[in-house]
Amino acid sequence: MTTNALRRSGSKGQAGDKIFSGAALGAGILILVTLLAVAVFLLIQALPTFTADPTLVSGGEGFFSYIYPIVIGTVIAAAIALLIATPVGIAVALFISHYAPRRLAAGLGYVIDLLAAIPSVIYGAWGYLVLAPALVPSFQWLAENLGFIPLFEGPASQTGKTILTAGIVLAVMVLPIITSLSREIFLQTPKLHEEAALALGATRWEMITMSVLPFARPGIISAVMLGLGRALGETMAVALVLSTGSLIPSLIKSGNQTIAAEIALNFPEAFGLRLSELIAAGLVLFVITLVVNLIARAIIARHKEFSGAN
Amino acid sequence: MSKRIDVKDLNVYYTNFLAVEDVSIEIEAKSVTAFIGPSGCGKSTFLRTLNRMHEVIPGGRVEGEVLLDGDNLYESGVDPVTVRSQIGMVFQRPNPFPTMSIKDNVLAGVKLNNKKISRSDADALVEKSLRGANLWNEVKDRLDKPGSGLSGGQQQRLCIARTIAVKPQVILMDEPCSALDPISTLAIEDLINELKNEFTVVIVTHNMQQAARVSDKTAFFNIAGTGKPGKLIEYADTTTIFSNPGVKATEDYVSGRFG
Repeated sequence: MTTNALRRSGSKGQAGDKIFSGAALGAGILILVTLLAVAVFLLIQALPTFTADPTLVSGGEGFFSYIYPIVIGTVIAAAIALLIATPVGIAVALFISHYAPRRLAAGLGYVIDLLAAIPSVIYGAWGYLVLAPALVPSFQWLAENLGFIPLFEGPASQTGKTILTAGIVLAVMVLPIITSLSREIFLQTPKLHEEAALALGATRWEMITMSVLPFARPGIISAVMLGLGRALGETMAVALVLSTGSLIPSLIKSGNQTIAAEIALNFPEAFGLRLSELIAAGLVLFVITLVVNLIARAIIARHKEFSGAN
Repeated sequence: MSKRIDVKDLNVYYTNFLAVEDVSIEIEAKSVTAFIGPSGCGKSTFLRTLNRMHEVIPGGRVEGEVLLDGDNLYESGVDPVTVRSQIGMVFQRPNPFPTMSIKDNVLAGVKLNNKKISRSDADALVEKSLRGANLWNEVKDRLDKPGSGLSGGQQQRLCIARTIAVKPQVILMDEPCSALDPISTLAIEDLINELKNEFTVVIVTHNMQQAARVSDKTAFFNIAGTGKPGKLIEYADTTTIFSNPGVKATEDYVSGRFG
């Protein structure tokens, strides 16, 4: 009988390896199972809505005519939020990572992170009590001067509780997400690439556009997508700020509704078919977020060859 | 297209720490000058002061003068950006911009400061620079592929092409071969020999044979001990430094007795 001295008898290290790989695999499976369970729950609970007589669904014209205005409302609110928060967030992150003196940068970073810790109901209350009334004059100005654009058609809301206000509140809420993630990525830019740009005679801004931003691009996209996830799903702030109504193009009149707020406002009193409707609305929101994430992945993957990972 | 550098009584500090003390040196135009010395003796730090790259490190500052054909780099009102476009730099590890193609890498410096360049001029410049870096034949069929896909030695030559594309007066090289294999190192050394026909080249190297092979003059830096500033010990023709050095420490170092 030959014994191979290189064969290891079950040592402690091997056991550790096995436990860890088992735990990692378990965690991965748990995520998939959870996701699947959520999808199945939503599908089963929502099913009656799709099979029911269209005249019985809210609005009386079937589920599609019920859902599409609030889908568009959701997208509009999230789009406004990202249009504002993305440039501001990236600019603040760049300021913290590459322009601010070190002491100021650390303080500013903390303040931004604190913004993320404020509960959304507080943002909602602030939007309702402070921001909305404060925006009324600007809305009136927009209606008078840019009223020919459907987006700013008057008469402007007297309370300021419009989809634009909701979008701005959402922008403030997603700003810390975009800022802190972008800042982390910007700080990880290899010194080597920054110095390469500087040594060619680049100014600080040129160095940022040549080495920092290209390096951070996938990270920025992820940050924006996370922000978008929050903006799409945010309930409380929108429910408090927005004076809801039917779908209208004007951003400065009362009206529009988002899926999350629709569900939250109606859920407590819903039963039977109405409950299924709201869960179906939730399913639609779930699909939207999923699609958005897939698109983001695709964008990141398309530039893999040039990502610097190779 | 090359200028001389005169350094007068230069002290380099990081915040309050004196890293390099009292260096005076004259570097001739169209020559190769090598800086040698043990690790931590300040030769890289000193090299970076020649195009103000040390300022990138927080707290980096100097006292003294660095003159490029008589113009002081450190006079108030001199923009480091201008200095660096005149005095290019090649780093220890190859650092092509990973998100750019080979061609865009070569043109990166040229396109700075919003300079416009016509397509045909750009193509001509890319070819000239890559030929100048002995890289053209290897990459001419894949100019649109990312520069990070090249081998280490090719990447380093791409970085040299990028540097010479902006037509600098001086090229500084900070241990350009330390991350490369012997064949790639040889390619870079051949290139350095050609570069000195057009440019002033200053190279920091750990490899004494390399200094002996490529340089016209050699400067030996040394450090008295940890926490002490680095100093220029001896500066002379390369042949003198290696065969008949004037200082004992230099002789010990080049003969391999320490360092």
